[in-house]
Amino acid sequence: MAETIVRVEDLHKVYGETEVLKGISFDVKEKDNVVVIGPSGTGKSTLLRCINLLTKADSGKIWLDDQDITDPEVNEDEVRQHIGMVFQDFLLFNHLTALKNVEIGLTKVLGKTEGEAREKALHELERVGLGDKADLYPGQLSGGQKQRVAIARSLAMNPRVMLFDEPTSALDPELIGEVLEVMKKLALEGMTMIVVTHEIGFAKEVSDRIIFMEGGVIVEEGPPAELFYSPKHERTSEFLWKITELYGEHDKNG
Amino acid sequence: MDDWISLLGSHLPEFFQGFKITIRITLVGLGIGAALGLPAAVLRVYGGKWIRTIALAYIELFRGTPILAQLFLVYYGLPDMGIILPRMGAAYLALGLNSGAYQAEYFRGAIQAIGGGQMMAARSIGMSRIKAIRHIILPQALRLVIPPWSNEPISLMKASAVVYLIAVPDLMTKGKQLIAQYYYSPIVVYLIVAVFYLVLVLSLTWILNRVRTRLEIPGLDVETR
Repeated sequence: MAETIVRVEDLHKVYGETEVLKGISFDVKEKDNVVVIGPSGTGKSTLLRCINLLTKADSGKIWLDDQDITDPEVNEDEVRQHIGMVFQDFLLFNHLTALKNVEIGLTKVLGKTEGEAREKALHELERVGLGDKADLYPGQLSGGQKQRVAIARSLAMNPRVMLFDEPTSALDPELIGEVLEVMKKLALEGMTMIVVTHEIGFAKEVSDRIIFMEGGVIVEEGPPAELFYSPKHERTSEFLWKITELYGEHDKNG
Repeated sequence: MDDWISLLGSHLPEFFQGFKITIRITLVGLGIGAALGLPAAVLRVYGGKWIRTIALAYIELFRGTPILAQLFLVYYGLPDMGIILPRMGAAYLALGLNSGAYQAEYFRGAIQAIGGGQMMAARSIGMSRIKAIRHIILPQALRLVIPPWSNEPISLMKASAVVYLIAVPDLMTKGKQLIAQYYYSPIVVYLIVAVFYLVLVLSLTWILNRVRTRLEIPGLDVETR
């Protein structure tokens, strides 16, 4: 039985009048690749932001390994070092080269020396296939390259889990593939991942489990085959059918 | 034209003395202003409610009142509170306080233009807020601020002429002293003074442009807006 890395228990979050999360619970085991899908505005991004404490949940608990990270006593900065986050709009540090983007967490957060940080950062850039772009600034990279640098920046911190918040939604169609490739590779290497995406092909092929969220609750979750071919809820098959059509996954059974 | 040349020729050293004082009070005022304005801007954006209010009060107070009133308050008002400053000290402080308020607004604009996303990304790799401000927000904001901020040295330098009213021997004061001597052609003296100011402004503009180009990062200005 694999170790539980992230446990979310009865998470609630209200923005103004709207309850965005209405009691979300799930577990993510080591090396799990969990894809979260659902219509926009159903709290998927909020869920990810709650997990790495960028947003405070109103109630409910989140554990990272055996630590309750929703405990107010917890050192949030320390917790975030162990949770990688990849954003829809990349959010690279625009004044730093690709290499320095990856290095800065190592030097300024983990206190590594320049030399150690450089070596590790180069290694991570190579891992996402950008060893040769180390000295370019974000402004000189394509969207797909930026997102891969962002992934390398998170990887450099050796996170326990990586969160992806619609990592390909801001990309031109021809650049999506290169980012998905990197994510697939990470999954194969055994990285624990929670991925919010509409890339149904990725979900089907790479994920161990799909969580279908709508209206702030988990409607259904299970292995891709189960959700695609024998969903328990009408709504699940409706939604999957719709995005499969939208995102051009050519699967006759879909 | 002959007037000009002979007047300038025989009093060049005096003009230069005044010129140097003007440069000095401008630079010191700018320095004090930056030392006040940058923290004021950071606190105005990232501080808690009370701290934000205090920063805002400082900014609005010194932007909202005439620099001449501020100068008089510093030079004639502070002695009532037991703080006696020499003329130069009063000039530095008054210009610094005034400039700080304006600079704070330039810095604040740049910090806000960088956007919350950069802060979020910095926090996501485990940086504290302070580290994120220092290593991520400010290096970008300070580059972005240069073009709008470039107005400040220029306007402060021109505004510094008010120190004439507490008899700091700056360029304006030198001009006034010479007019006492050349009462029949004050316009010529004023024009010469104006030319000195203009030369200073143009040099400043040139220097600031150089600084901006040297610090330029490809795509930075495009990316952050």
